[in-house]
Amino acid sequence: MKEVEGLAYNETFSCVQCGYCLPACPTYKTMKKETHSPRGRINLVKMAAEGKISLEQIQEPIELCLGCRACERVCPTNVQYGMILESAKEVLNRKEKQESSAAAKTFNNILFKQLFPKKRNLAKASNLLWFYQKTGMKKLAHKTGLINVLPENLASFDKIIPEISSPSERKKRQQILTPDGEVKYRIAFFTGCVMDAVFDRINDLSMKLLQAGGCEVVIVPNQNCCGALHSHSGELDLAKELAKRNIETFEQESFDFVVNSAGGCGAMLNEYHHLLKAEPEWAERAKWFTGKSVDISVILSKLELPLKREINKIVTYQPSCHMKNVQKVEKEPINLLKSIKELTLHRMENEDMCCGSAGIYNIVNYKESMEILDNKMTDVKKVSPQVIVTTNPGCLLQMKLGIEREQIQHKVEAVHLVELLAEACNIV
Amino acid sequence: MNYSENIYKQLKEAITDHERILIELEDLHSYSFDASFGSYLPEFVVQVKSAEEVSKVMKIANKEKIPVTPRGNASSLSGGPLPVKGGIVLDVSLWNDELLIDPDDMIAIVSPGVITARIDEAANLYGLMYAPDPSSSNISTIAGNLAENSGGPRGLKYGVTKDYVLGLEVVTPEGQIIRTGGRTVKNVTGYDLTKLIVGSEGTLGVITQAILRLVPKPPSSKTLMTIFDDLVRSGEAISKVLSSGIIPSKIELMDQASIIAVEEYQPLGLPVDAEAILLIELDGHPAAIADEIVKVKEIMDMKGARNTVIAESDAEATELWKARKLVSPAIVRTKPTKISEDATVPRSKIPEFFKRLKEIKIKYGVTLVVFGHAGDGNLHPNIICDKREKEEMIRVEQAVSEIFTAAIELGGTLSGEHGIGTMKASFMELELGEHGVDMMKRIKQAWDPNMIMNPGKIFPEKGQKLVLSE
Repeated sequence: MKEVEGLAYNETFSCVQCGYCLPACPTYKTMKKETHSPRGRINLVKMAAEGKISLEQIQEPIELCLGCRACERVCPTNVQYGMILESAKEVLNRKEKQESSAAAKTFNNILFKQLFPKKRNLAKASNLLWFYQKTGMKKLAHKTGLINVLPENLASFDKIIPEISSPSERKKRQQILTPDGEVKYRIAFFTGCVMDAVFDRINDLSMKLLQAGGCEVVIVPNQNCCGALHSHSGELDLAKELAKRNIETFEQESFDFVVNSAGGCGAMLNEYHHLLKAEPEWAERAKWFTGKSVDISVILSKLELPLKREINKIVTYQPSCHMKNVQKVEKEPINLLKSIKELTLHRMENEDMCCGSAGIYNIVNYKESMEILDNKMTDVKKVSPQVIVTTNPGCLLQMKLGIEREQIQHKVEAVHLVELLAEACNIV
Repeated sequence: MNYSENIYKQLKEAITDHERILIELEDLHSYSFDASFGSYLPEFVVQVKSAEEVSKVMKIANKEKIPVTPRGNASSLSGGPLPVKGGIVLDVSLWNDELLIDPDDMIAIVSPGVITARIDEAANLYGLMYAPDPSSSNISTIAGNLAENSGGPRGLKYGVTKDYVLGLEVVTPEGQIIRTGGRTVKNVTGYDLTKLIVGSEGTLGVITQAILRLVPKPPSSKTLMTIFDDLVRSGEAISKVLSSGIIPSKIELMDQASIIAVEEYQPLGLPVDAEAILLIELDGHPAAIADEIVKVKEIMDMKGARNTVIAESDAEATELWKARKLVSPAIVRTKPTKISEDATVPRSKIPEFFKRLKEIKIKYGVTLVVFGHAGDGNLHPNIICDKREKEEMIRVEQAVSEIFTAAIELGGTLSGEHGIGTMKASFMELELGEHGVDMMKRIKQAWDPNMIMNPGKIFPEKGQKLVLSE
């Protein structure tokens, strides 16, 4: 196999290089060169496919792309940037695997093959996290200043990880919720893996909100990670495998919608039909699944929620890129926010710009991510909100981190849209 | 030390922030193209942020005789920022820190990297506007607009970039910082170097600051869409509107091929059997345009329009304009390469030009779509093709040549707003004659004795022909 085989070369020709994507690109803004713009990256993939530049030389520009896909929204010729990017990641990943050390392979193996796909293992990891928080080890680490010895990126995340539920609490969750009156929709809830490990409370609130709006909600057992992190890291085979297992699992249930509260996962679920389009026995099934999958805000907008409580606060909204640019869900979260009594919504400038979270980008490319976050926080501060609302766990963590970095935690908090809606409905 | 190393060393002395001198291959590739055709690797990219830096770079380049190509955001459709002879790409896009509006003098003072649309937005805060509106204004830099003398739909009523430039700061190819014009509308001191530099496509110097004229912002606008079965009748209708004393801010035309392309791409319910759709926008005092828009509609009816709709609200107007906005994505769906021309003819010759375009389309078997600014004769014949298909591209070359010839024969010009650059260079004599081109060359030689400033543009090289087949 040729080294560059698999690059989406033909797709690069649909780029007419007009440059309309430049102002939408967060990394072009912070890194200040065309090399880190969508137009630049598409050209580099084309050059690599033509053998005019080596794969090593395009590696950094590709890895430093957030994959937020804001460029696709503004593209006048509908270039499939996501497809071009993921093809480059897959080719780079394949090359790296052929060359990389045993140690690096083990790390990747643990991360992508063991941790994310298997909920049991992620649950274990979150148990450890709980243990770390509860036993006082966390306090000790902070007190002794040991925390400061950790690399800056890990130390900063430590502060913002929420209180993790205890293992016994986690097991208590009901597997089916039924509404009081007539059932409006039957919902299969997609819990997600990172979402459920770190923000299981948000998942719980999501299900209760759906219930309060008249839905029957089931948690389909044996569901898997959506595969987004794999796909974004070039592990396309693993992503396909996870997609197939999810499709199989959900085929066992009858429901109207598969609903999730994580913009990034939702985007991946919405692209299963692209992912599996070349596999005849899966293409139709993937299409069926994608047709059912929808973000929670879309369903909540169709329901009558018991929004009794006033929330007299100034709120700003940071959309999840994958929810907006890939799922194309835009208006529903805004309308839901506006439906809360006494709430004042101040939209910020450059709302469409990614916050720099982007899956595990903020861990892998910490410095670059923080520059993007600092730009975001400048815009946040201009509208002086008391609450920053997001719709995806990664964005939520990043916003919490931004609040920490700006040292405004005494006056600003970051929450998931679902948390605010639950508060307004007196759901705890 | 070899030639390149020597230049690199000198550039590092000139630009103290070495992060702004790019030499990695992935960076060089990223500055090798624009929105036109072809890609050429530079040896260096220098991201300048002051006239002093530009001056130092130009002095080095002039001494070492290395080409310099200025570049904004490279949305050019004519090849202006392509470093066709290699050398240094001078990127001004980071230099966007100055945007001053002086409402008393009704001017804007801007640094070269400022995005065009930001100037209009800033002026709007004072009830003023910066009128030139190239469709790329959300991405194009003002320096790029100045160098190419860009226009847009509003050109019909408001003119083009050159009509709004009062003064410039320019660094000459020899590295001297000069000022042209000033802050006043009236200024006849000496030769009008301002107008010479505007539209010179970066071949005479580097624009480092501009003083731009602002005009009062019209308080309201109204849009009308009209459908014609017959293209010639739509042309007559346009002439009738203009001769009746109404100057619309925009008259945009879509031909049948673009209507069909849009309907196939995103059905809006447009009539695919119609030969032309016109979108007409009026701006001005609300009472005046309310009256005028009715008159325009009457003219359309009189000239046999099938159907005419006046937008009752801004939202409705946006909905009508959607059809025009969808043309670009719609036409590249079948094939990826778009050769976008801007040959312009006198308004009265539009129907004749359309007839010639139709013949060219059939003769060479190319996919030709025509849309654009019908009010000022600045149509955009676009050929949709695939640059990987050599045989097709040869036919495209021939068709493009004939489009240029037709425009000139009808008393028009090669380029209304995109510029000559690389693609139209070989047709210069056709329009200007041998001596006309020679006088331009002499100006070029006087300004740039070492021929380092954006070489390979405007002037054809001996025996140069249009080549689109790679």
